Amino acid sequence: MTAADFQALLPFMCVAAAAVIVMLVISFYRNQTLSAILTLAGLLVALASLPIAWSHAPRAIPPLLRVDSFALVHLALLLVGTVAVTVFSQRYLEKYRMERGEFYILLLLSALGALILAAADHFVAFFLGLELLSVSLYVMVGYIFVKEKALEAAVKYLFLAGLTSALLLFGLALIYAALGSMEFSALAAAVAGAPDGLSPFLVAGMLLVFAGAAFKLSVVPFHLWTPDIYQGAPAPVTAFLATVSKGCVVAVLLRFFAPLDPASQTGLFSALAAVAGASMIVGNLLALLQDNLKRILAYSSIAHFGYILVAFLAGGENGPAAATFYLVTYFAATLIAFGVIGYLSPTDQEADTVADYRGLFWRRPGSAALLSIAIFSLLGLPLTAGFMGKFFLVAAGAAAGLWPLLIILTVSATLGIFYYLRIIIAMYSGEGRKSEGRTADAPFAPTSATVLVLLAVLLIVIGIAPEPLLAFIQAATTLAP
Amino acid sequence: MMLPAIILLPLLAGLVAWLAGRWSATAPRWIALAGTAVPLALTATFWGRPAEGRWIAAFGFDWIPAAGISFFLALDGLSLLLVLLTFFLGVLAVGVAWRQTDHRPGFFFFNLLWILSGTAGVFLALDLFLFFFFWELMVLPMYFVIGIWGHEHRTRAAIKFFLFTQAGGFILLLAILGLHFSHAAETGLHTFLYEDLLGGALPAGTAWWLMLGFFFAFAVKLPAFPFHTWLPDAHTEAPTAGSLILAGILLKTGGYGLLRFVVPLFPEAAAAFAPVALVLGAVGILYGAKLAFAQSDLKRLVAYTSVSHMGFVVVGVFAWNTWALQGVVVTMICHGLSTGALFILAGSLQERLHTRDLGRMGGFQVLAPRMTAFALFFAMASLGLPGLGNFVGEFLILLGGFQISIPVTVAAALGLVGATVYSLWIIQRAFHGTPAKGATLADVNFREAAILGALVLGLLGLGLYPRPVLDAAEPAVRWLEADAARPVPVVLAVEPPPHPPLP
Repeated sequence: MTAADFQALLPFMCVAAAAVIVMLVISFYRNQTLSAILTLAGLLVALASLPIAWSHAPRAIPPLLRVDSFALVHLALLLVGTVAVTVFSQRYLEKYRMERGEFYILLLLSALGALILAAADHFVAFFLGLELLSVSLYVMVGYIFVKEKALEAAVKYLFLAGLTSALLLFGLALIYAALGSMEFSALAAAVAGAPDGLSPFLVAGMLLVFAGAAFKLSVVPFHLWTPDIYQGAPAPVTAFLATVSKGCVVAVLLRFFAPLDPASQTGLFSALAAVAGASMIVGNLLALLQDNLKRILAYSSIAHFGYILVAFLAGGENGPAAATFYLVTYFAATLIAFGVIGYLSPTDQEADTVADYRGLFWRRPGSAALLSIAIFSLLGLPLTAGFMGKFFLVAAGAAAGLWPLLIILTVSATLGIFYYLRIIIAMYSGEGRKSEGRTADAPFAPTSATVLVLLAVLLIVIGIAPEPLLAFIQAATTLAP
Repeated sequence: MMLPAIILLPLLAGLVAWLAGRWSATAPRWIALAGTAVPLALTATFWGRPAEGRWIAAFGFDWIPAAGISFFLALDGLSLLLVLLTFFLGVLAVGVAWRQTDHRPGFFFFNLLWILSGTAGVFLALDLFLFFFFWELMVLPMYFVIGIWGHEHRTRAAIKFFLFTQAGGFILLLAILGLHFSHAAETGLHTFLYEDLLGGALPAGTAWWLMLGFFFAFAVKLPAFPFHTWLPDAHTEAPTAGSLILAGILLKTGGYGLLRFVVPLFPEAAAAFAPVALVLGAVGILYGAKLAFAQSDLKRLVAYTSVSHMGFVVVGVFAWNTWALQGVVVTMICHGLSTGALFILAGSLQERLHTRDLGRMGGFQVLAPRMTAFALFFAMASLGLPGLGNFVGEFLILLGGFQISIPVTVAAALGLVGATVYSLWIIQRAFHGTPAKGATLADVNFREAAILGALVLGLLGLGLYPRPVLDAAEPAVRWLEADAARPVPVVLAVEPPPHPPLP
């Protein structure tokens, strides 16, 4: 490996080094805040190293990774997401009297897994990244084990993620059997060499790989774990599950499926289209029935990844850019939502029923305004990033002529209005008496407040002037077919 | 720079009003008044200015070039009249809400100003993406106005309103994108600009579906029969200023969309669809009138009259000749004034009596003679009394419609009989008869009289001398007709718009 290779790998190494440093430090001196600061520093240095890596992009680090502009954009997104989760966790964990330093090691390791996935160019990297991500998450989900439902959620996640890994491995094995190689580029070559149809092995393998990824994305029919685990996990971990652990899978899927032409792979792509359509409908319908904010967001995330799959299926020039842009808007909005929920949760329980938020706008206008901006963005109202994201997504679908999916998107998003508005109604009704909802009274810590406000400002700035980000993403995410 | 200022000022004033609401209950009112009056004055400076080419004024820059989107605002006679209407009613709405919203006035005026800004944006935006942006922008503040300050069933009404308009909005989005990409496929040009999209040769099947998409979105907003079911709830449950804005301005965005987009962008498809639309319009006129007559809730009654009046707009748009189009413009303005006034009256009655039930009213003529005089005036305007604005509009629509379809015109004209019945019904039930024993009713105060007086003057002016309005609208209407490029009958093309018959 040359020095340039090391420079291209700097972001990964910073995160890995931070994990080691935190581990060493807590064996001598336990301090939650110190661990959080070290974690944050590691992540920020990794972010700062991105421009260095960028100057060497595109660079293949054979055989496992490929650091190109596409990977770096996703790396930046995942790192920013992890930074926000770290900040939220610090404040959240403060409330519990237990060993808390290890949490940050796990967080850093699963972030590292996510980063590897975003840059994976080889089946081994794919699997390695996914396992690193999942194994750390099992523990994080059940970390606050004194909480009701935490262990149940952790065990559920363990079993289902184990199943996911099995499916993925089997799929990878089938593809290896068909190709005799584990590099993504071999797949591209096989597709280019067989214009009139791939071998059934290969198609079955790709479907299984997609199924494995679909578990992580929690799209229908692999969504059953989502609501329980969202509800049982601590709010910052839910934020991580909803954003980073899904975003990296979108990145790897985009890269994995980039060589395929939707027009020639009708069988495979109609299966994916069915998954996308079902996710949009089921996610939005089931969210209607929920009274728990975390469960509503869980089901709505199923729908959101159904939307992203539409851009994924659209492919072409616009698809990856639209999917990435949408991910950015979804990340920001979701992080705000779970950040605020974590913030308002009293020690004994999460503030997660809709009733807890009654009159919040009159009681705690700052939190309510932040949560409103996030919900408006998820809903896709103008002046928020979600509006632009949804527009580019639908535009990518329209350019590819995916009208049936777009009509499903339209109808199901209309249903989605109901459950988002219920939260809004709850926040803006009532008189603002303290007794109305069960939320913590503690004022915002300056760090969390800064992160939340920055994310909200980002949502609005993108909503008004999306051009710089869109042009940047379009230039960076053009994947060679 | 004037055009963006017209949209931006209310937005900023809204934010300031919200913040000011934290310290003072009166400050938001004055800020809101300034935030509506200044844009009104700015818009008025365009009055009588000659158009250079198509637009009186235009403003544009590349907004999101990566997606072919530009920020393009332009003003022609049609936009000018509707923006003037928007801010005129906006000023009155602030006046109406002056005392009625003691509950969190800052946030109320924030919403009010943002609705106005969004509506002005809809009337000025001529990039279809920008149009959609403003179209969506005005929905949420209206939802809040109904949902927070509304009457007893406000939550349900607000959700229904939001759901219908969002469903229409999503369909509109799909139609806009469909138009964008089929246009790009034909010409290779990625654009959302209205003028570039005009006259594109789309395949007939595509044009038909896209036209239906646009029609659906605008028909929901207008609302045209059978998409009107959100309207009675929303109007009835909204606070008075909300009803005024909803009936006076928001509904007009639907009519404007039909005029500006549906027919000019898809002339052949619209012509093929015209028979259906004409029948829907005529059914809406009669059905709205019949349902209005069946109501015992005063606000609900007035709400159904809107369905009836908006039926005329549909008939006028799809008749598509100079008379009918001029009539549509006048009808939209006059409906805004007269129905707005009726909602103000209903609101002030509710404020005094705490009921909207016509069965519990009666004899107000004795108790509140000035209010009765105003009510009589606006009821007469609503039924289309010659000499008042609504007559001019509806007469022109019928005149234009007669050239296209006599049966539809006959049915539409019957709607005028229905209008007479329900208008007189209001007067008879609420104002005639003898008051209940011990009943008291404060007459209109100075503030209310000033607001209603302004509306009286507007309707009288439009009824007695509509010429300036017709002249202002004429070049815009001619352009729309040229865009649609449907062969215009020779007689109509040469003749100037007719003088309305004066009483």
